[in-house]
Amino acid sequence: MGKTLFEKVWDAHVVTEIAGGPSVLYIDKHLVHEVTSPQAFGGLEKRGIGLFRLDRTVATADHNVPTKDQHLPIKEILSRQQVDKLTENCKKFGVTLYGLGHPYQGIVHVIGPELGITLPGMTIVCGDSHTSTHGAFGSIAFGIGTSEVEQVMATQCLMQSKAKTMKIEINGTLGKGVSSKDIILFIISKISAAGGTGYFVEYAGSAIRALSMEARMTICNMSIEMGARGGIIAPDQTTFDYVKGKEFAPKGAKYDEAVAYWKTLQTDADAKFDKEYNWTAEEITPMITYGTNPGMGIGIAEAIPTEASMEESNRPTFHKALEYMDFKAGEKLIGKTVNYVFIGSCTNSRIEDLREVAAFLKGKKKADNVNAYIIPGSKQVEKQAQEEGIDKVLAAAGFELREPGCSACLGMNEDKIPKGEYCVSTSNRNFEGRQGPGARTLLASPLTAAATAVAGKIVDIREALKKETAKV
Amino acid sequence: MEKFTTIVSKAVPLPIEEVDTDQIIPARFLKATTKDGFGNNLFRDWRYDDKDQPKADFILNDAHYKGSKILVAGKNFGCGSSREHAAWALTDYGFKVVVSSFFADIFRNNSLNNGLLPVQVSQEFLNAIFEKAKADNNLELKVDLVAQTIEIVGHNMSEGFEINNYKKTCMINGYDDIDYLLSIKDKIEHYEKTSKYLSIVS
Repeated sequence: MGKTLFEKVWDAHVVTEIAGGPSVLYIDKHLVHEVTSPQAFGGLEKRGIGLFRLDRTVATADHNVPTKDQHLPIKEILSRQQVDKLTENCKKFGVTLYGLGHPYQGIVHVIGPELGITLPGMTIVCGDSHTSTHGAFGSIAFGIGTSEVEQVMATQCLMQSKAKTMKIEINGTLGKGVSSKDIILFIISKISAAGGTGYFVEYAGSAIRALSMEARMTICNMSIEMGARGGIIAPDQTTFDYVKGKEFAPKGAKYDEAVAYWKTLQTDADAKFDKEYNWTAEEITPMITYGTNPGMGIGIAEAIPTEASMEESNRPTFHKALEYMDFKAGEKLIGKTVNYVFIGSCTNSRIEDLREVAAFLKGKKKADNVNAYIIPGSKQVEKQAQEEGIDKVLAAAGFELREPGCSACLGMNEDKIPKGEYCVSTSNRNFEGRQGPGARTLLASPLTAAATAVAGKIVDIREALKKETAKV
Repeated sequence: MEKFTTIVSKAVPLPIEEVDTDQIIPARFLKATTKDGFGNNLFRDWRYDDKDQPKADFILNDAHYKGSKILVAGKNFGCGSSREHAAWALTDYGFKVVVSSFFADIFRNNSLNNGLLPVQVSQEFLNAIFEKAKADNNLELKVDLVAQTIEIVGHNMSEGFEINNYKKTCMINGYDDIDYLLSIKDKIEHYEKTSKYLSIVS
């Protein structure tokens, strides 16, 4: 029987197997940030050892950083201490750090791909669940806890049990105003926030093939939101073209040799998956979430489900979610006033996201009631946006392009959404309090977020685009 | 890591599904650089109101359950963020076992790496615990790691649970993975010298 893509990459990284237990998996790249690393560095210190392979480790500061005045000391003391601790640890242990002020600084899952640190066929880990992002290159990439961060630092290996395999195929052509963010929100709404647990998911089909690398990253990024260990997309010409010329990617003959190998990273025709799903791109509309986990999503024009439509055991959680969000079962979200919009995070803060948002906002104005955060994923994205004049388009529409970081995705830095306020957000989690205590998050695509910021209320981006076409 | 064998304790029922790690420990409490003290902020926003006063209706604020070592929660416990701080908060608070019908993968690993045993039971068994705990707030559970069983004490109900042999041995003996991995360094170095993939990309 043939092998799946996941199995090929996995098998190429098994150092040894323990009978009745996990495999020892070799890790090609370890990305480190300030929140989940201090206790791991502390553990190494206690054991009196250093990092096993320094050249496979890169660190950055992203979760705690402010998105304004990054040249000044961080105001919040504990945040500052944690970022300083990372700097101190990287210096002490010799780890490469792209810290605040460095031209490569940014969200860990944005800088890996843009620097060519992320390559097809790799195993990549980070103490952050959205490490699944890097699967877009045909890598096995997943989030780990701090004990595991310490394991990788100490041995470049992880003890892992092999996940089951799932294939999700999306064929067809996406409609106008529908993006890769809508694809993944649609999938999660279908299989639930737990539906992928125990699986590694391969995304396939013509609709996935047609996506750019950045759009593929958005899909793989949110694999964890259905509980999956990770997501993976077979590398193809789009992947090879993206990787070519990136700072740390192989060059010249090395690149050609790598591409020849990467081309073998395809699921064999006779390989079997443990589970398979199929949808068409045509059935996917712009999506939005109404509840407190990413599985609680609906098409933007649809109504929130009713209690009667769900299983008995799901009702208490559904009821709790609606109470928190202050929504009613069966109502529609279009037309609801929204005072906050967040465009950013490791899901949607790349240059294509900013280009798409700027193209929509050109010649429009932000609604007076809306406070917006637009946060580039990295210093390089910020620079590119400035070179393309995106910052000016945003400014003319009443927005400000801020500095890179995780920002309002997780309520850990200065950027938070106030209690009780709704925020249409391009991030990945709508958990209670995720964007700040009491904040109410509605996950959506960058286009839907931009259209919301202009209208001051939830709108169907397809209608907004239709109006535009009519004007022309 | 502390050694783990058998635990008998009052059950703390939390019949909520999809408890994510942002609820177990919100991001704003992840700024410490050691593993200590996270128990104070366990379930922070469910436990305290915005004036930092305990919410009377949240179960951890019920003095009756003080000192309990077993938390019982709805399916997909520990989903979301990979933060190991969630496991640290639970252990620091005093929990040794979490029972659910389904655990998120990363949380399961993080728990095992910290001597916190995730016990996955059937939905029926979980419902039975919730039902009996509702009727009797002194309901006790007995978790035996060696035998891999969980028992509702006094009700003649028990169920087996899965754990891979390697992790079981680690928990019973208090070993961690790094000790093992450091002991096979020669195998890791051999892999590095012979891997076809590494020769191509590095």
